[in-house]
Amino acid sequence: MQASDRFNINSQLEHLQAKYVGTGHADLNRFEWAVNIQRDSYASYVGHYPLLAYFGIAENESIGRERYNFMQKMLLPCGLPPEREDD
Amino acid sequence: MASVDPEIAKTQEERRKMEQQLASLNSLTFDTDLYGGTDKDAYVSSIPVTDDDENLDAMDNEVARKLASYTAPKSLMKEMPRGGDDDGDLGFKKSQKIIDREDPYRLRRLNRVISPDRNDPFASGEKTPDPSVRTYADVMREQALKREEEETLRLIKKKKEEEEAAKAGAEKVETGGAAAPQKRRNRWDQSQDDGTAKKAKTSDWDLPDSSSGRWDATPTPGRLGDATPGVGRRNRWDETPTPGRLVDSDATPAGAVTPGATPAGMTWDATPKLSGIATPTPKKQRSRWDETPATMGSATPMAGATPAAAYTPGVTPVGAVELATPTPGAINMRGSITPEQYNLLRWEKDIEERNRPLSDEELDAMFPQEGYKILDPPASYVPIRTPARKLLATPTPMGTPLYAIPEENRGQQFDVPREAPGGLPFMKPEDYQYFGALLNEDDEEELSPDEQKERKIMKLLLKVKNGTPPQRKTALRQLTDKAREFGAGPLFNRILPLLMQPTLEDQERHLLVKVIDRVLYKLDELVRPYVHKILVVIEPLLIDEDYYARVEGREIISNLSKAAGLATMIAAMRPDIDNIDEYVRNTTARAFSVVASALGIPALLPFLKAVCQSKKSWQARHTGIKIVQQIAILIGCAVLPHLRSLVEIIEHGLNDENQKVRTITALSLAALAEAAAPYGIESFDSVLKPLWKGIRSHRGKVLAAFLKAIGFIIPLMDALYASYYTKEVMVILIREFQSPDEEMKKIVLKVVKQCVSTEGVEADYIRNDILPEFFKNFWVRRMALDRRNYRQLVETTVEMANKVGVADIVGRIVEDLKDESEPYRRMVMETIEKVVANLGASDIDARLEELLIDGILYAFQEQTSDDANVMLNGFGAVVNSLGLRVKPYLPQICGTIKWRLNNKSAKVRQQAADLISRIAVVMKQCQEEQLMGHLGVVLYEYLGEEYPEVLGSILGALKAIVNVIGMTKMTPPIKDLLPRLTPILKNRHEKVQENCIDLVGRIADRGAEFVPAREWMRICFELLEMLKAHKKGIRRATVNTFGYIAKAIGPQDVLATLLNNLKVQERQNRVCTTVAIAIVAETCSPFTVLPALMNEYRVPELNVQNGVLKSLSFLFEYIGEMGKDYIYAVTPLLEDALMDRDLVHRQTAASAVKHMALGVAGLGCEDALVHLLNYVWPNIFETSPHVINAVMEAIEGMRVALGAAIVLNYCLQGLFHPARKVREVYWKIYNSLYIGAQDALVAAYPVLDDEQNNIYSRPELVMFL
Repeated sequence: MQASDRFNINSQLEHLQAKYVGTGHADLNRFEWAVNIQRDSYASYVGHYPLLAYFGIAENESIGRERYNFMQKMLLPCGLPPEREDD
Repeated sequence: MASVDPEIAKTQEERRKMEQQLASLNSLTFDTDLYGGTDKDAYVSSIPVTDDDENLDAMDNEVARKLASYTAPKSLMKEMPRGGDDDGDLGFKKSQKIIDREDPYRLRRLNRVISPDRNDPFASGEKTPDPSVRTYADVMREQALKREEEETLRLIKKKKEEEEAAKAGAEKVETGGAAAPQKRRNRWDQSQDDGTAKKAKTSDWDLPDSSSGRWDATPTPGRLGDATPGVGRRNRWDETPTPGRLVDSDATPAGAVTPGATPAGMTWDATPKLSGIATPTPKKQRSRWDETPATMGSATPMAGATPAAAYTPGVTPVGAVELATPTPGAINMRGSITPEQYNLLRWEKDIEERNRPLSDEELDAMFPQEGYKILDPPASYVPIRTPARKLLATPTPMGTPLYAIPEENRGQQFDVPREAPGGLPFMKPEDYQYFGALLNEDDEEELSPDEQKERKIMKLLLKVKNGTPPQRKTALRQLTDKAREFGAGPLFNRILPLLMQPTLEDQERHLLVKVIDRVLYKLDELVRPYVHKILVVIEPLLIDEDYYARVEGREIISNLSKAAGLATMIAAMRPDIDNIDEYVRNTTARAFSVVASALGIPALLPFLKAVCQSKKSWQARHTGIKIVQQIAILIGCAVLPHLRSLVEIIEHGLNDENQKVRTITALSLAALAEAAAPYGIESFDSVLKPLWKGIRSHRGKVLAAFLKAIGFIIPLMDALYASYYTKEVMVILIREFQSPDEEMKKIVLKVVKQCVSTEGVEADYIRNDILPEFFKNFWVRRMALDRRNYRQLVETTVEMANKVGVADIVGRIVEDLKDESEPYRRMVMETIEKVVANLGASDIDARLEELLIDGILYAFQEQTSDDANVMLNGFGAVVNSLGLRVKPYLPQICGTIKWRLNNKSAKVRQQAADLISRIAVVMKQCQEEQLMGHLGVVLYEYLGEEYPEVLGSILGALKAIVNVIGMTKMTPPIKDLLPRLTPILKNRHEKVQENCIDLVGRIADRGAEFVPAREWMRICFELLEMLKAHKKGIRRATVNTFGYIAKAIGPQDVLATLLNNLKVQERQNRVCTTVAIAIVAETCSPFTVLPALMNEYRVPELNVQNGVLKSLSFLFEYIGEMGKDYIYAVTPLLEDALMDRDLVHRQTAASAVKHMALGVAGLGCEDALVHLLNYVWPNIFETSPHVINAVMEAIEGMRVALGAAIVLNYCLQGLFHPARKVREVYWKIYNSLYIGAQDALVAAYPVLDDEQNNIYSRPELVMFL
């Protein structure tokens, strides 16, 4: 944090951001960001009932099944993380 | 004043209705249907008339809150040029030293010794501890020894006294009683904090060793005897304390019981320094101390740590003994001697050098070779053999033969303190003894690793203690990081003595305590051997008068107990529990309570139980019970789960044979009950009987403590029991009503209050059984003289009134309003005020009413003291609660007021005027409008008043009258009144300004049409000056008044005045002007103001342009949705401002954009907003905090107005930018976007392609039905 940030609202903002899992930082890589995006998306699908209903009709599944699937997919939405190049 | 508000609200309501009817006709109002008038209601539409909101925080006021969100540098807003009131102490800064504000009791902390390290049984495991380390057994043994010694001394003293008494008794019998041992003042536990314990004990033993006079005494060799401050004491701790001499020393008349100081002195007297010379004391401790590696310079700097010991004459002063010829360098190394001391030492040595016995060689050289004969010494001559005596006889045992040129040493300091090498901070003289070694420019390479480490620690500590904030910070960090490397021993041996330094200041102590805290955290279990040392230093913080010091102390002890563990803490503190010094026991009890709160009460319960049942000493029981009390005080309602066990642990103390134990038990029960309230009565079942029995058998302090406990337990009971027990205790209470003891009085009052307020106690019972005695004993003049009694009595009486009603109480005291003692009258008045304000006056019958008004008038007229508010408030409260019933008395009251308005004394005039403002509302209720009009005229005539305080009150009274009777009925008519107010606006007195602007604002708001426009313009110019006022309330009222005036006479002229004012230099003035412009624009619709305002932006002057931008910002904040009509008009201006070179332009414009965006969200102005966003966006890389804040907020505003998706698209370009600095900024924006609109982003995220093993795409989003 810069010296100028210490006394203004930004310092609180960073604290706030630290509380949100989905927030990012300058060193975030493609995979991590994509995981966040996927999880947010699934959370959003599950949270909006009309969307669930829509997906249910499109996939010919029950809404409960859809919800369950989405929740399961949240575990590893993008598969295993790739090997880090610099390690 | 409370009842003014509904009145005003009603008037406002009527007015609003009328306005709405007129809306279509009035060019200045806007069509509410079209623009939605709802949001305008949120603004303050009139100037507050009540006085009590003037000092409220910015956040409490609607407008101010909105302003606060923008005007970032609050420090500047608040930074007003202050008057000369605090110049008085310039150059005479009060001493900051902690020691200067400590009372004798607290000073006893300096008597404590930083004990040597103790054995850590956890670390050493099974093996037997090395004999050189102190184990728990050692400490306990030592403690026992001290107790024994104490006991012996007491017995000896008693015997002597008995003998004396017997002697005296032969002549006169009564003297025996007088010779009784001085009774120690019983310490009421809490009262130590509030200073009742400050009374110094006169006994010599209790005098702290550290009385500053003695500290300063320079111990010089050869003057030992003279330097001895108290010969009597010295004798005792001399080299050979034969029993006979012990008795001698007790002949000192003041040899009292508490030798708080003694043991400390004794222990250290036995330091091995003297061991070679002095006959060793046949004490057990000695052998142990021999082992202590007490090389002064390094391990424990005793001279500093325990100055009491080092400078007590019992020990031969350091400088002379160890060093034969203290070369300056060596002295520096020792570090314990200040330059003055050193000079004195050198001078002494010089004298002694000349006076020393001549040697044979010298005699040979002096005398001629012939004519003299050298004789043999007589056979009987024996040279002195006793080394100690020799030492005293010739203080320089290894004295140099002749003058020797001292070795040149650059490290020596002369008069001027040398600058510390290597960028170390300045050292104060008193720091030399701790940090002196740092001044030697020895080669660091030559030092042993240990010494280097010491050096390093010292340097860091010095930086923490005296350095600049950055120095401090880095040093603190280094100390923390390297704590384990340095080791616990070296660290604490350096830090703790510093904390015992007598010249320590608050700030320094805070910093050092912080160091300990950090280091503790790192060292963890390594601190175990040092726990007691640390406690000795930290415990005094727990009873410090400074709240923050107490909190700090608690935190350290809590961390310490977490690091060291319960077993170690108990082992370290157990010996102190029955220490003979009450101070030690008190602080230990407090420390234990902190340990309990840190490690949980259950962990400590078994130990506490054992301590409270200690058979060995009452002190242990006392301390144990006190720990329970402190726990209750410290953790409050969290005791509830353990309440029963805590009560069980201490309950037997109520029947203890020692009176002090009984007292503290009762006090602990009180604390527990207070902490547990309103729950937990079942836990106290077992103590009810002993308590209630106890109050019948005890007297004095114990009884007071028992009553206190009962007072706190009764409110926990069910109604039925409470009533029963109250009746039981009331007999005693009523008996004690007559007690002359102040402490008892306070407790009795408090208990009565607690009993009376309990549910089950019937009004009839109070009325018949308590009230007569209560009033007889307590409602006497003497009670009004002591502040605390006064308050307690008022509170208790008010509580009774809540039960028995107004009439009973007021009826009893109303006659006393005419008492001849003024303080007593004031107490009566305050009680009546509170009772009547609480319960109203419906209980008061006609007769009482008459008496009351009569008494109040008398008391009001007879008051002479300066503290007039009580009478005024009382008068106001009574008149307001009587309401209509006061009508018959109003002429009389007004007559009094009028007469007093004409009084010679300014104070009286002021009170009279103040009284008008308090009763104005009631006068209106009584329809005494004519009377009010008359008063208005009278007040008007007194507007020439020269005392500003009085003038302020007169204006306030006028304001109150205008408020209630309205503009049209006001006499004198507004058109006469206002011109008279214009010159008063020039008055710089705060009270006058405030009342005047309120009155003017009121008139501008409600009755502007009565005054010609030219008069309003004149007022406008005066108002500009008002913007300079220090008080925020005045500035706020002024700014609002601009709005009313503009509404009344049209915005053009007012605006021109305000725009001109933007050119002034003063920032505060400009800020207020911009607010005024925005308010004018809001009240008169923006289109009347915007053209002129935007035109003003063309003036090539920073201040003006910024002022315009700021006005725009406020304007858009105030007008909200209405902004959609003006956004296109101002966009070019904002474009220009957002591209300006000046940072402030861009900052202010950005905040204008923010308000604009928030106002027009969802109203279809996206095109303009996107356009503006394009200008705002390049500013995201600004580093100035205000600018970047404004820019970020503008972007947030855009998120709301444009939707998160658009802003996300702006963001995407930089999230994975190759430059880290860029990425950081973009992620920051992304994060706030994410927090603000997480869900909305889902639809807008970019499409990512899958990679070999990873699926990044979101196929669900492409599903289509």
